Amino acid sequence: MKTLFSADSLRILVPAFSLAALLAAVFYLQPRTMSYMGLNLMFNLAVPIALATIAQMLIIAVNDLDLSIGAFVSFAACVTATFLESDPLIGLIILAAAVGVYALMGVVIYLRNLPAIVVTLGMSFVWSGLAVLLLPSPGGSAPEWIRAIMTSRPPFVPMAIIASVLIAIVAHLIVMRSSFGVVMRGVGGNSRSVERAGWSVVKVRAMTYALAGTFAVIAGIVLVGLTTAADANIALRYTLLSIAGVILGGGEFVGGRVSPIGAVIGALTLTLAASFLSFLQISPDWQIGVQGAILIIVLAIRLLLNRRERREKRA
Amino acid sequence: MKISQMLLASVAVLAIGMPAAAIADTSDKRIALSNNYAGNSWRQAMLTSWELVTGEAVSVGVVAAADAFTTAENQATEQAAQIQNLILQGYDAIVLNAASPTALNGAVREACDAGVIVVSFDGIVTEPCAWRIAVEFREMGRVQVEYLAGRIPEGGNLLEIRGLAGVFVDDEISAGIHQGVAEFSQFQIVGSVHGDWAQDVAQRAVAGVLPSLPQIDAVVTQGGDGYGAAQAIAAAGRDMPIIIMGNRQDEIAWWKEQKDANGYETMSVSIAPGVSTLAFWVAQQILDGEDVPQDLVVPFLTITQDTLEEALETTPEGGVANVEYSLDDAKAVIAAAK
Repeated sequence: MKTLFSADSLRILVPAFSLAALLAAVFYLQPRTMSYMGLNLMFNLAVPIALATIAQMLIIAVNDLDLSIGAFVSFAACVTATFLESDPLIGLIILAAAVGVYALMGVVIYLRNLPAIVVTLGMSFVWSGLAVLLLPSPGGSAPEWIRAIMTSRPPFVPMAIIASVLIAIVAHLIVMRSSFGVVMRGVGGNSRSVERAGWSVVKVRAMTYALAGTFAVIAGIVLVGLTTAADANIALRYTLLSIAGVILGGGEFVGGRVSPIGAVIGALTLTLAASFLSFLQISPDWQIGVQGAILIIVLAIRLLLNRRERREKRA
Repeated sequence: MKISQMLLASVAVLAIGMPAAAIADTSDKRIALSNNYAGNSWRQAMLTSWELVTGEAVSVGVVAAADAFTTAENQATEQAAQIQNLILQGYDAIVLNAASPTALNGAVREACDAGVIVVSFDGIVTEPCAWRIAVEFREMGRVQVEYLAGRIPEGGNLLEIRGLAGVFVDDEISAGIHQGVAEFSQFQIVGSVHGDWAQDVAQRAVAGVLPSLPQIDAVVTQGGDGYGAAQAIAAAGRDMPIIIMGNRQDEIAWWKEQKDANGYETMSVSIAPGVSTLAFWVAQQILDGEDVPQDLVVPFLTITQDTLEEALETTPEGGVANVEYSLDDAKAVIAAAK
């Protein structure tokens, strides 16, 4: 019997509560943010981060870690600002090929039994290099349609919130509700038993990586929709942000335990934390430290929860 | 027109009528500095100048606030978020040293749409609604050759020290130097090395290339590399050419030492970090309703033989020669662009 305060439901409630508490604090500090425009400005840059976080979460779900997400999103952004704008067909082919490389990466990592961290770290230099080749100096321009979507002003609820909710729902349906999602999490939990049950682990991992690549590509497109132009280093920070977002949102590094809704909340929380610190006018020298402290506090709470989970299981 | 508006209007007319009004119309305006990086001496001097000048401006009531914000990491996405936060904090103007000329355009557009004035300087943005205080890096390269043409009319061999490969600034200054050489064809560049704007790198690079070079009459530089070049040439036992300096303290100190010892003559040119204060006054002028052209140009800070002692005295050890700009300087720059 699940109760509201069982460790399982707390896993998703803690991130939600910390987001709500942070939002309340920001509203108090800067009442201007409590408006349509305010919410949009605070959260619109969280949308690509949320997409990158979902991509990272998929990789983490199969017990790997992707250190190339930031470079890959930058690459996708550069393709968006150049080819997707001028020759949409070539742009789409390049992006599809990039997703194919991601799938291949998942297969190679599994078949050759390579550490994912090393492979993705290596690939991050490849993506960065390709991005620099595409856009040696910052520039390019955003395709009209994505600019229109990202600057649209739907009634009542700002675009940033609608997009975040949409990302959370789609990811939730894929990861938690589809049969593919179950098998994928199974690969992360116990790859051998999934194999014995007759599923092809290679196929599942290839699909997981391809899906992650797709989310990362969308992150790049959306980012360009917000910034109107790209440069080769535009999203390098996303690597660490996406990992932090997954963990903040209740995911575990191993065992296929991930939460798509939590991951989106994690990405929003990280973005909001930066705004919060900025509104407090904390000196920038301290800001990284404070961001780290927030992460440590959340992880400490998680540790307590995990302990309680074990006790519940024993009981 | 409501009564209150009429009152306001008449106050405004009165204020214009009074030539010596001490407090500007911007006394309730708030200006923010959005800065992407603080990790070198130039940026530190930039922030110190900002504090000095805006602190004074706030205390006499020219503006209500002028706060500086630096992003923790030098990343465009982070600075875009910072700009959006500054909009939410209700600043009337944002003075911006941008991490990327294009990746902040979305955030800058948001600021303009919210009625916030954006003035970018040094690291400028391409969004048309923002103001730009640009550095004419090409001209900075060209004037070096022009100066040399005055010193050595018969011309000679030049060694070019470049900056960090692949960076826009390096390409621009170098293009300016080559333009200068085309203009004064009595000069030819006989060697070119990358000094990465750092004395130690420049010293190693110059020491490495020197044995393969004929006599060098002058060294054209990009700043931060003159002292290293001098060390390498001295170590090789060659005659000291005219080395153009870049306003760094160690460069000026070496120049002064040589001047006292053997009457060495050269010039030094770079951009003063105090350009942040120029951007501040430009923003203040725009808020004041002044008609300011969208594109302005930063004046160089040149040190000559005559101003050498003065520059050395005011430049902190390990720092860069600096100058803080005043309201009048800003007005002159605006007038020059019109």
